[in-house]
Amino acid sequence: MSFTQEEEIDLSPESTAKAGVILSSLDWIYNWSQSNSVWPLQFGLACCAIEMIGTAGSRHDIARFGAEVFRPSPRQSDLMLVSGTVTKKMAPQVVRIYNQMPEPKYVIAMGACAISGGPFKQGYNVLKGIDRYIPVDVYLPGCPPRPEALLHALMTLQKKIKNQKTLGKNITNPAYKEGRRIYPVPVLSGDDLDPPYNPEVWTPPAKNPNVEDGCE
Amino acid sequence: MEINHEAILTQFPDLEWEEDTQSLIVPPEKAVEVVTWLKEHPEMRLDFLSCVSGVDYPAKEVKTKARNEEGKMEITVTQHPEKMEVVYHFYSMEKKIGPLVLKQRVMSRENSTVTSLTPIYRGADLMEREVFDLFGINFTDHPDLRRILMWDNFEHHPMRKDYTPPNDYDYEPTPHDDVIERAQEREKEREGQEA
Repeated sequence: MSFTQEEEIDLSPESTAKAGVILSSLDWIYNWSQSNSVWPLQFGLACCAIEMIGTAGSRHDIARFGAEVFRPSPRQSDLMLVSGTVTKKMAPQVVRIYNQMPEPKYVIAMGACAISGGPFKQGYNVLKGIDRYIPVDVYLPGCPPRPEALLHALMTLQKKIKNQKTLGKNITNPAYKEGRRIYPVPVLSGDDLDPPYNPEVWTPPAKNPNVEDGCE
Repeated sequence: MEINHEAILTQFPDLEWEEDTQSLIVPPEKAVEVVTWLKEHPEMRLDFLSCVSGVDYPAKEVKTKARNEEGKMEITVTQHPEKMEVVYHFYSMEKKIGPLVLKQRVMSRENSTVTSLTPIYRGADLMEREVFDLFGINFTDHPDLRRILMWDNFEHHPMRKDYTPPNDYDYEPTPHDDVIERAQEREKEREGQEA
């Protein structure tokens, strides 16, 4: 079989795939490989960490989603799983670990405590959500969330990674968008953290909702 | 198995046994002597210190209603003075008896100092530090008395009844009970700052 110049070359994905050629964008390749090899940081703060360990075990097996390589060093990881209550005493260390991670870096706030303080919200020693100091990509509610829920949060993060843009005008890939994100580490002073939140990342709404009569 | 507290009171006649709480009240200056005896006496052998807790009692009035002799209702007001307590729970592994509840009581909240039992029971070390941290009760003769849970430059003792945590109720999407009040306070504070 021979081609002549008059014949039209079929460039549809089906026919090129048959010929052993894949056409794709660089973004797609980049995101596909990145999202299927997320290396989480190995650290746990409270009971959510037990569910995280369960997710890494053989029954739920986070390796099916390419995120089984828990790194003991923030320098080698892409994903920070804030698994558990962030006490005020622990918050500076969590922010410092986040600062040590290289870009691109993502954060999953796992469990009610990491999102808002959860059942300990009104406690004198608990931070009301890690999103007050570092940007959170996926919020995973639950107390604690089951391993299935953590896997779903990971899949949600993968979806987010697959939609990011590295090339072109509207870059959304955090590794190329701006420099490495480093946030000021809060200081423990008096009876609270200073500052109480990082206005760069989070600000309270202008008016507290439901403050007049509560939500009961 | 119960501990025979009569034997303790025979040995130390000036101690007080509180029936309400089934506990032995020991003044701080006698604590070491009493506890050493309890640990070493062959009938007691309280070799295990299970728990150390702090309790804060602010001064308060208690009103009770009761019928008097003429059959009329009468309200009696009792004044409870302020006090601080450190409660120790002892067991004996050897004799299989316990618990013995022993309290060191101080009648002052501002200047509360009790005697550390760490030189006798090493297990008391961290628990007494916790009581010091959260209640502000000082322990004399403690080898390493510093904060354990809160950070070193923390200014208050958070488990004291009169402690109010900082008002950071900026964002309370589901307020309830006293959270509503504090959120409203905070709202006013923020309005004042803006004005």
